[in-house]
Amino acid sequence: MAFLEIQNVKLSGLSACVPKTILENKDYPGFTSSEEAEKFMTTTGVYRKRISAADTCTSDLCLHAAEKLIADLKWDKKDIDCLIFVSQTHDYILPATSCLLQNRLGLKEEIFALDISLGCSGWVYGLQVLASLLSHGHFKKGLLLVGDTILKSCSIEDKSTYPLFGDAGTASALEFSPNSVGFKFHNSTDGEGFEAIIIPDGGYRNEVSPLSFEMVKMESGIKINKLHILLDGMNVFSFGISKAPESVNNLSQHFSIDLQGINFFVFHQANLFMNEKIRKKLRLPEEKVPYSLKNYGNTSSATIPLTMVTELKKQLETTHNKIIACGFGVGLSWGSVYFETEKFICSEIVEI
Amino acid sequence: MQNFAEQFDETDPAVFSIETEFRSIDEWSSMHALSVIAMVDEVYGVKLTGDDIRKSATLEDLYNIVKSRL
Repeated sequence: MAFLEIQNVKLSGLSACVPKTILENKDYPGFTSSEEAEKFMTTTGVYRKRISAADTCTSDLCLHAAEKLIADLKWDKKDIDCLIFVSQTHDYILPATSCLLQNRLGLKEEIFALDISLGCSGWVYGLQVLASLLSHGHFKKGLLLVGDTILKSCSIEDKSTYPLFGDAGTASALEFSPNSVGFKFHNSTDGEGFEAIIIPDGGYRNEVSPLSFEMVKMESGIKINKLHILLDGMNVFSFGISKAPESVNNLSQHFSIDLQGINFFVFHQANLFMNEKIRKKLRLPEEKVPYSLKNYGNTSSATIPLTMVTELKKQLETTHNKIIACGFGVGLSWGSVYFETEKFICSEIVEI
Repeated sequence: MQNFAEQFDETDPAVFSIETEFRSIDEWSSMHALSVIAMVDEVYGVKLTGDDIRKSATLEDLYNIVKSRL
């Protein structure tokens, strides 16, 4: 079993940045009636979301989130020894976006920078990599920048993705802290399900060609090309409702964590219908399971930190909290983490 | 069968039989597919995939898949 415990590292702060442009789902042209729009919104829980401008990348959102967090934490940029960028919407195929961000953030040359390609589970995995690096005590401070401009890869003629997803970037600050309890993780991967959420062309398996741009009607209301996200809703749903609760239960059993004593369970924000099935399966009370779906949608890798910033800011800033977060999705990849927070800096959300 | 019929708000439960081709029910939508997957997971502890739903035409087809995994 892929369990991991990392001590002597703490999460010191969180921030998030979203584009200022709001898309209202009631106005989405792909719905054939206002009843259909209403049904979509009540079922998925997504009423509106943010969409980035053509010239805004995930790195831009993460850059602004990071600048805000560094300022609020009063960190000296010279002390930042690692930078990890988790996203599937990078600036270029190469070079790595973390290298560009080192320069744009004005960080020193003596820094460990790394890109990680994961989606919905990405924050949990990025957290493990950064916390592991810091736990040795050589690197003292690190930034975990996680987000996606996933709407750039959704077909506007696909009602299974376009109204569901939103764009966001986040920053999480971690530091070496010898007496901190740290983090406890459970991880899983099942590559057999790689086609459940996929952009088929544009990589090196299927290089981009004129055929990549051909729009194909998959079913009613879903017209996409091979550079767009193809989402198998049934398989993703079936995966999510079984694996997310299983991962949380594995984590709690392995590390003897009493789920009753947890203050908040922050799940990847897939959609309300799926997330509520997961919540009920784990018998968790509503007030312990926050959602940012209504105003931001499913923001891919950004959902967990974004939900903490938008829904838990006050609690995180004023009280001690025991939190379990669980990410699950594209890969298929999933994982859960238990951690505690204290004297936490949770920045005001940034809009650009 | 009753469990299946309960996933539909607007269709009379009496119309369901094991020969029912569920995709031909007027009310059928992708949401019902998800509801059926969730119901089978909750009630029988069986994981249905998208392919299971796509390959099945009748309630009997679905029933046999669930039964084979119990």
